[in-house]
Amino acid sequence: MSERTQDLSSATAAIAARPAVARRSPQETQERVAKSLRRRYWAERRFRLYGILAVLFGIAFVVFLFATIVMQGASVFRQSYVKLDVFYDPAIIDPAGTRKPNDIRDADYQALVRAALKERFPEVEGRKAVRDLARLVSSGAAFDLRDRVMSNPSLIGERETQWVLASDDVGMYMKGKLPHAGRDGGPLSAQQLEWIAALEKADALELRFNETFFTHGDSREPEQAGVWGAVVGSAFTLVLTLALSFPIGVAAAIYLEEFAHKNRWTDLIEVNINNLAAVPSIVFGLLGLAVFIGFFGLPRSSPLVGALVLTLLTLPTIIIASRAALKGVPPSIREAALGMGASQVQMVVHHVLPLAMPGMLTGTIIGMARALGETAPLLMIGMVAFIVDVPKGFTDPATVLPVQVFLWSDSPERAFVERTSGAIIVLLAFLVIMNAAAVVLRNRFEKRW
Amino acid sequence: MDSTAVETKRDTAVASPDAGLNVKPSGRRPAAPSPESLGASGDVPTVGTVTVENPLFSCRNVDVYYGEKHAIKNVSIDIAREQVLAMIGPSGCGKSTFLRCLNRMNDTIVGARVTGSILLDGRDIHDRKQDVVQLRARVGMVFQKPNPFPKSIYENVAYGPRIHGLAADRVELDEIVQTSLRRAGLWDEVKDRLSQPGTSLSGGQQQRLCIARTIAVNPEVILMDEPCSALDPIATAKIEDLIDELRASYAIVIVTHSMQQAARVSQRTAYFHLGSLIEVGETDRIFTNPRHKLTEDYITGRFG
Repeated sequence: MSERTQDLSSATAAIAARPAVARRSPQETQERVAKSLRRRYWAERRFRLYGILAVLFGIAFVVFLFATIVMQGASVFRQSYVKLDVFYDPAIIDPAGTRKPNDIRDADYQALVRAALKERFPEVEGRKAVRDLARLVSSGAAFDLRDRVMSNPSLIGERETQWVLASDDVGMYMKGKLPHAGRDGGPLSAQQLEWIAALEKADALELRFNETFFTHGDSREPEQAGVWGAVVGSAFTLVLTLALSFPIGVAAAIYLEEFAHKNRWTDLIEVNINNLAAVPSIVFGLLGLAVFIGFFGLPRSSPLVGALVLTLLTLPTIIIASRAALKGVPPSIREAALGMGASQVQMVVHHVLPLAMPGMLTGTIIGMARALGETAPLLMIGMVAFIVDVPKGFTDPATVLPVQVFLWSDSPERAFVERTSGAIIVLLAFLVIMNAAAVVLRNRFEKRW
Repeated sequence: MDSTAVETKRDTAVASPDAGLNVKPSGRRPAAPSPESLGASGDVPTVGTVTVENPLFSCRNVDVYYGEKHAIKNVSIDIAREQVLAMIGPSGCGKSTFLRCLNRMNDTIVGARVTGSILLDGRDIHDRKQDVVQLRARVGMVFQKPNPFPKSIYENVAYGPRIHGLAADRVELDEIVQTSLRRAGLWDEVKDRLSQPGTSLSGGQQQRLCIARTIAVNPEVILMDEPCSALDPIATAKIEDLIDELRASYAIVIVTHSMQQAARVSQRTAYFHLGSLIEVGETDRIFTNPRHKLTEDYITGRFG
């Protein structure tokens, strides 16, 4: 008994030795409190200031980022077109007069474009000058003419005024983005600038809405390159990722949180799930390459394999968030359900899941947003390939938006700079739309009681 | 079970320590870990009559462990039909723990272990053949904090009958909901807003909703774990009146911190102390003439 009492008595002695503390007057106490108050309020103000500075700093960076992207990318929405008076010369398209689709398809439509240009600028002579003139028009113009003739062979022998794609350099020049144009070694010669001026004067060259960018797949020619292939690829990949990772993640979380016995194995699994969330994403790409393509022989570059890899990537995030959401459901609700005689599954499905669903959906949104922006693992499984066609299914070769951004940012042509930024704008819009849809869905679940 | 041994103890003024209580635990249940861990207080003899005629629940030598903690020590008690049994005692004495044994809610706590025998109508509730869902349908529970489901008032009451398949059709379900709410004395207050969330009610109404929800399953026993601790005196009075009415058709076991409440609503009272059942008896007798020193000290407010 004595040890405790001794401690107490020695403490009492220590207090007695400092009588000033015990006998402090109320006034003196108040003064001390006032002094400390000033210090506390100052600390509080300082703290709030730090917070405001941090928020402003963050906002400034976001504004800077968006401003840069929009300033560089906004011009992509307009593209230059040239008005040509095209004569569908039967001697060029179908000299034999057979009208067979194969013959029509293989004809030299570039010659039609050259002829139309020659008509507008009859004074141009010499091989080099003619070639320079033809370079004002995109190589895609010939394909457009071919498509028109293929779909309507009666055009052969007719004359038609047609707006065709100008080359990327003409577009960039018209947007004022070619500071070196016209000088020696610059992208456009002085001669070409004269022709451009002449065309503009005749209202035969103008900037129009860039439909190509939103309807076409990738291309080596910037003016023919579009983001639609990547958008469709991203959509296929993400739909499949969501369809795989949400049910698997939620089921795993429910099992681990509600049904599994807490023992060494579940601890081990928990630790490993947490570790998986921190694994560099390119490692998942290597895994996908080895397992899904190497072992199972699934088609490479396909949204199917991409989705499987991204599922592995997002699962830990979804499981962790879902478990946290399940943990957040008050135990009183579980007790109420069990006390009523609900079985474990009924308790989970009827009472716990509806309350945990908003949290689970939040985790899924975060996971999907990450999956949408992921590039590295997809490089490993071949989604970085140059793919012109818009994918039509889960096993078609495809690429995704961030990989498209990566590919274009690597290209030397000036016009790909604005396309890179344009693709980023599309990527961000995709993200905003996806998240908005998820938030609407979550709010529908989130009934406040 | 050794019912004869228990019988002999009835009506003896002060029980001799080993007369009726050392009933052997049924072989299937694991025995207590070691005599040492029980400590000196492990074998505190219960004063008063633990048995009743034709008991609904018959608990013998019940021990509960939460991991290493020995929460309930060798408790034996019968619970009568159509009667209110109040369990009182200072905080942490194990009365709620014992209550949760009766519908096996302790199963849900990791590390909880119950030994001894608890017979409901002569059948061990821990028996392998006893389904826990069925047990909880027979033994309803009302918790300390009102915990209506985050659903409408109607759905709260209809949930039990629905999962147990008690109503054949919508009309019958409506009838069960209405009857249950009437019996819980809540019908007149909520009949116009059955589709509103149960959590929009006041605390007292919520607790009566929880009682309505419990009686909708038509149980035989209602366990109440401090049902009025979060309520004001008016709501408390309503619940107490309700308990008095429900006594006609159900066995009720109520845990309470309020001795006045125990005296008002119960016919029998059990006093717990540090996991041991100290004294059991008619409520009037316990409150006027407690036999054990601890009971007397608690009732007269010397501690607790």
